[in-house]
Amino acid sequence: MSNAPVDNNRRRFLTIATSVVGAVGVAGAAVPFIASWNPSARAKAAGADVEVDISKVEPGQLLRVEWRSKPVWIVRRTPEILEALGKHEDQLRDPGSEEPQQPEFAKNRYRSMKEEYLVAVGICTHLGCSPQHIKDGAFEEQVEGVRDGFYCPCHGSKFDMAGRVFQGVPAPLNLVIPPYQYLDDNLILIGSEAGAA
Amino acid sequence: MKRLVVLLGLLLPSLAMAAGGSNVHLDHAAIDRTDKASLQRGAALYMNYCMGCHQTQYQRYQRTFEDLGIPLELGQENLQFSGEKVGEYMRNAMPTASAAKWFGAAPPDLTLVARVRGADWIYTYLRSFYVDDSRPFGVNNKVFPEVGMPHVLQELQGVPRETHEERMIDGEMQQVYAGIQSDGSGMLSPEEYDQAVLDLVNYLVYLGEPSRLEAESIGRWAIIFVLVLFVFVYLLKKEYWRDVH
Amino acid sequence: MWQNLLDWIEYRIPMMRVAKMHAIEYPAPKNMNFWYVFGFLATIVLVNQIVTGIWLTMSFEPSAERAFASVEYIMREVEYGYILRYMHSTGASAFFIVVYLHMFRGMIYGSYQKPRELIWLFGMFIYLALMAEAFMGYVLPWGQMSYWGAQVIVSLFGAIPVIGEDLVIWIQGDYVISGATLNRFFALHVIALPLVLVILVFLHIVALHEVGSNNPDGVEVKRKKGSLKEEEKTKFKMHEYYTNKYDIVDDVVPFFPHIVLKDLVAFAVFLLGFCYILFFKPEMGGYFLEAPNFEIANPLKTPEHIFPVWYFTPFYAILKAIPDKLFGVIAMFLAIIMLALLPWVDRGKVRSWRYRCGLHKVNLLVFAAVFVFLGYLGGTPQAGWKVLASQIATIMYFAFFVLLWMYSKNENTKPLPERITK
Repeated sequence: MSNAPVDNNRRRFLTIATSVVGAVGVAGAAVPFIASWNPSARAKAAGADVEVDISKVEPGQLLRVEWRSKPVWIVRRTPEILEALGKHEDQLRDPGSEEPQQPEFAKNRYRSMKEEYLVAVGICTHLGCSPQHIKDGAFEEQVEGVRDGFYCPCHGSKFDMAGRVFQGVPAPLNLVIPPYQYLDDNLILIGSEAGAA
Repeated sequence: MKRLVVLLGLLLPSLAMAAGGSNVHLDHAAIDRTDKASLQRGAALYMNYCMGCHQTQYQRYQRTFEDLGIPLELGQENLQFSGEKVGEYMRNAMPTASAAKWFGAAPPDLTLVARVRGADWIYTYLRSFYVDDSRPFGVNNKVFPEVGMPHVLQELQGVPRETHEERMIDGEMQQVYAGIQSDGSGMLSPEEYDQAVLDLVNYLVYLGEPSRLEAESIGRWAIIFVLVLFVFVYLLKKEYWRDVH
Repeated sequence: MWQNLLDWIEYRIPMMRVAKMHAIEYPAPKNMNFWYVFGFLATIVLVNQIVTGIWLTMSFEPSAERAFASVEYIMREVEYGYILRYMHSTGASAFFIVVYLHMFRGMIYGSYQKPRELIWLFGMFIYLALMAEAFMGYVLPWGQMSYWGAQVIVSLFGAIPVIGEDLVIWIQGDYVISGATLNRFFALHVIALPLVLVILVFLHIVALHEVGSNNPDGVEVKRKKGSLKEEEKTKFKMHEYYTNKYDIVDDVVPFFPHIVLKDLVAFAVFLLGFCYILFFKPEMGGYFLEAPNFEIANPLKTPEHIFPVWYFTPFYAILKAIPDKLFGVIAMFLAIIMLALLPWVDRGKVRSWRYRCGLHKVNLLVFAAVFVFLGYLGGTPQAGWKVLASQIATIMYFAFFVLLWMYSKNENTKPLPERITK
């Protein structure tokens, strides 16, 4: 060892500076590893917005389409169904859609942009099964006085024709309403709202 | 054991008369990966003349359109003939088995052809078809003799024939091969044809490695960073080693 | 608070003790030159291979139908997937570059000699495991070279008398290289061999730290207890594990920070080259990624030329040089076994080539040149003159060991210095 005095300030400065540069390097090197966990370009393309032609959906009928590998329902509701929606609100957990399960435009009794068409993600908010559409009075077996609705076979959760959850079932929340927009009267674009990028 | 002998035998070039012997002189393809106009023309040529037989199934249309600066709708209308979604892989509808029957061998996927063959090879190959009536499609190729592919760009190039010229060799006049010349019946002049092939090659080179340009721009930053790191580490090392010796 | 936590841990597991013993207070000769950085670099590359490998398995699909397409999926669809893939493929070649230099370092400074024979042997096992790992990894992208390279290498086992043919079928799990082969190679490549490698590297380092690092002078820095005067001993604080047993000459520095900083400088230089290849020349002119491997495996069409990747070509050249198939395979394996036997082939007492006879220096340099030349021959088509050249080179390869064995017994060496020179 030589007797040259150790310049501690220089040593400390260089140690810290090198550590900082090294940390930047580690952070930079980590980027590809972290980013590679994002949905791949293929997955993103598969999850792109879906255009749906609704001109052939009969009143009362349910159309299933796939969006981001999830079932999305488009239900054309009859005036009777729409009218019935107001009658059982006392049995619902969240009749006013206070929970953020829908875009702002769907925060209403019908949970939709146009009253006639319900667009909802057909996945039960309990554990992810897809509920069944039960109609023409058959739903009375589940909820007295309600003719139509959705019933989840997995754990018995029940939803009305606006996707609102009934009380006393395992599902805690209303069905999710995806963002969507009308391109024209017969075309719905699922995946993005008008005005959003 | 026999197989080993056979395999080792294949290493001898004299026995390896495989497709596309590499002894032909190749012209240099002066491509420019950053030239989007060239890439777009190349993509259009590919979709019109090649895609029918050669799919490029490892890449999706959308990626190609985005990288080449083609708006998705425009690309879908003008460059996609299969009616698939823009997010789909670039496939064609040709059934492999019958294709093999028609051409002798199934037309290979060309996504990575530029990485297998190199740009120069493709550039020369596409400019080396000539009329040869002994072949099933009436054409042969200088770079890939006995190739099972017709000259699909003939409507652009015209009918290419071998030309010969008289040259004095050892005091005697002899006929010498002097390249391939079009009869002029094509839609393009020879210069335009070369440019079109160059665009096509440019597109294939892009297709072989679509992330090349991004990699290089990241690489420049990475190298600058490493140089900075080197300076600091070196100074720190010197600082600590001052008290040794 | 912080100290309490450390104490709590230290009481239960010897964290700081190990760190001190093996890094902070590990005595390393101060004259270790640039040849001594490749062990550190090899460790870094090993970590790189393991981490990028784990990430690649997240998208790779080990089946004959999907392997090739899934590699292109990584290259095109996974965000920055191409960087991960090129890090792995460049790392594979980088691994062999640093390992070959690391081995040559051991040869010129006699690091394999007594008492470091086991370190050398562990190193050779690492090298073997690495070759197996690299070979199986190269099969996974399922390109033409993957397929036909596997075909050639697996066929080598067919040269074994009697059981050969059955052995080949057993290894392949089919009558040809197939999806079954791909799947078992995948399992070995991502789990079994990396595990073996990590364990071997651990043993390599434990064995090294037990006997201590060699240095370019080949003079021991650890002396018999009580043989040194106080002023000759190192002024750095070294771990009592070493000072209790030995007197340590004032020619050492602590591994951390001194040697680590030296290694980091080398790492930065290495990284410069690594990044350049990774981002600008990932194929490295066809040496790191061979062009035919961008074509999907086709059992009916052999590529024009089949070459193993560059790091196997020296041994491949030996295989090709010998006209008999069985003896070719034997010669190839013997070439590796001879390297492993080096501690016993070399009967000399002096380690470093600095103090050994002139013939030894020449012998080492010729050996290195022959090795590189064999690598060249193994990676090019075998033209007429090359057959003879590779036969001569093969003889010269083995001649190194024969000569070494002969002259090392009564070698004319220079006197060793008492202390490390600088």
